[in-house]
Amino acid sequence: MDARTQEFLEHVQAGGQVESTDWLPEEYRQKLIKFIEMHANSELMGVLPEREWILKAPTLQRKLALTAKVQDEVGHAQLIYRVAEDLGKPRDEMFADLLSGKAKFHNVFHYPTKTWGDVGVIAWLVDAAAIISQKALLKCSYAPYARIMKKICWEESFHILHGRDVILTLMTGTDEQRELVQEALTRWWGPLMQFHGNPISREEDPMFVWRIKSQGNEEARQQFLEGYVPQIWELGLTVPDPNLRRTDDGVWEYSEPDWAELKSVVTGHGPRSQDRLDLRRRFLDQEKWVRDTVLAA
Amino acid sequence: MPIFEVFRQEKKGQAFAHAGSVEAPDAAFAEAWAREQYGRRGESEALWLVPRESVHAITDWADEFDLKYRRVDGYSIKERLREARERADKAKAGA
Amino acid sequence: MSGVGSTEPQEGHAGSAGVSLKDSARAQLLLELADDELILGWRDSEWTGIAPTLEEDVAFSSIAQNEIGHARALYELAAVELGGDADALAFDRAPAEYRCAPLVELHLLEWAHTIARRWLYEEADQVRIEALKTGDDAELAGLAAKIDREEVYHRIHAQMWAERLRDEPRFRAAVDELWPYALGILPPELRPELERRTGLRADSAQAVERGTHTEELEPLWDEMTEVRRSVAGATW
Repeated sequence: MDARTQEFLEHVQAGGQVESTDWLPEEYRQKLIKFIEMHANSELMGVLPEREWILKAPTLQRKLALTAKVQDEVGHAQLIYRVAEDLGKPRDEMFADLLSGKAKFHNVFHYPTKTWGDVGVIAWLVDAAAIISQKALLKCSYAPYARIMKKICWEESFHILHGRDVILTLMTGTDEQRELVQEALTRWWGPLMQFHGNPISREEDPMFVWRIKSQGNEEARQQFLEGYVPQIWELGLTVPDPNLRRTDDGVWEYSEPDWAELKSVVTGHGPRSQDRLDLRRRFLDQEKWVRDTVLAA
Repeated sequence: MPIFEVFRQEKKGQAFAHAGSVEAPDAAFAEAWAREQYGRRGESEALWLVPRESVHAITDWADEFDLKYRRVDGYSIKERLREARERADKAKAGA
Repeated sequence: MSGVGSTEPQEGHAGSAGVSLKDSARAQLLLELADDELILGWRDSEWTGIAPTLEEDVAFSSIAQNEIGHARALYELAAVELGGDADALAFDRAPAEYRCAPLVELHLLEWAHTIARRWLYEEADQVRIEALKTGDDAELAGLAAKIDREEVYHRIHAQMWAERLRDEPRFRAAVDELWPYALGILPPELRPELERRTGLRADSAQAVERGTHTEELEPLWDEMTEVRRSVAGATW
């Protein structure tokens, strides 16, 4: 590592931040763009599993809340893509890489949503897992990214409340409604456990080394379990993992997540990966004329 | 498409802080879009939109000759005040 | 009252607030307004996540949410007379009982048509809102004024887009196609004002009148009420 890069590394590891106009080591820039791009892609693709439920929302309040939630996710995508664009990668290129599979998006957005129970479980648990990751970006060494995370985390707090409300309404409703939650939880547990990634140590995780994120994968997963398993159990719900337990030292033990599934899904082989990319592609193509002619300055 | 920087005032009386940017073909679109992106929850008292090319950044400074008088820490008030007080006390005692 | 599939009031319909010929003209008007806003808001909400740009996506979604909000306020006012609550009126009537105009029912998931509808609808809506604001019904005038303060931004948005699309052939074609439906939003006495505002001629088109429904409404209603109907009488 050359001296300038070493100095940069020491600066960020001491808590220092950099701006878009500062010199960035090439390795840092590339890893940063890739990370930010995946985050933006995830917000964009995360819209698709949820938006069909906007149309089916069973009350006006739920319809409004869910539309606002999905709107926030589009807004987050906008904020995050802008940061990546200012690092030098054009939006069109990022969309092209997303559609070709060259760039990835998080595992949870490759799965189907089947019932209103999914709407609740996603807003309650999937968003919770995502917020833990997002909070670990609030002190990102790259300041423009850290700054937008503040707005993102603030908006996510509304989603958590919405999710909790949907779940509690179902859990205090009919047996059928409670079953919707349990069934959805059973299906989502595997992807949730895979969400924070395989447990490489912080020191081996470039995202932590460069202080792009302030937390390792396993730390995030433990935080999720610590915060949410008690909430799940207190509602009388069953987590489909007989090995899940909290040791006396406060560490959660669990069955080994299916890392092969994670890899397969994230490389585009999830149950809904291609459908959703096709939908994205269809609308990008259909409205290309709007961007190319109407909105051209 | 041009970029518009968005500055946001959270509460009346506060300074406008940079909040992000939107990509828009002109000021009208930038307004319509920034209004929702930065105000849909009533979280902003006001917004300023500025085309990116109108923002002039200054990030480098020259301070070669250490002109201490320009900074608060360039004055050593405490020590000389103590000395002046001692002199005044002595003068009073001797009078 | 005429409607596809039914000329009889739907009384005793499980969970519904039935609308009958006995209900006042006021209640019927409120339902027209509310149903227009609900169904158009439902159609517009479909763009969330797939609009032409991310920035536009966020702005457009706010418009859809505002429309649902307007519908809710109008249903709440109607519920005072008709019974039930806003959700019951919004979801628990049979398709034939809705009083929305055909314009809002059309499935137009294409941008030129979407903007054409937004623009035409906002022009028509402004005409009737002005009439309500200056009408004798103080309560309704107050609600109309409140709605209008949000509609200002919808109009700015629609006009901004219509201006940009003015010379685009597919937009012009969409406006021509939807103009007869736009006329159907308003009662005949308010149509001259709409002509004046849009520059389009009423005599060039046969208005698609309110009172019948397109075949698009029923699939829309099926999807809109699917979860709600899945567990009858449940709280969601």
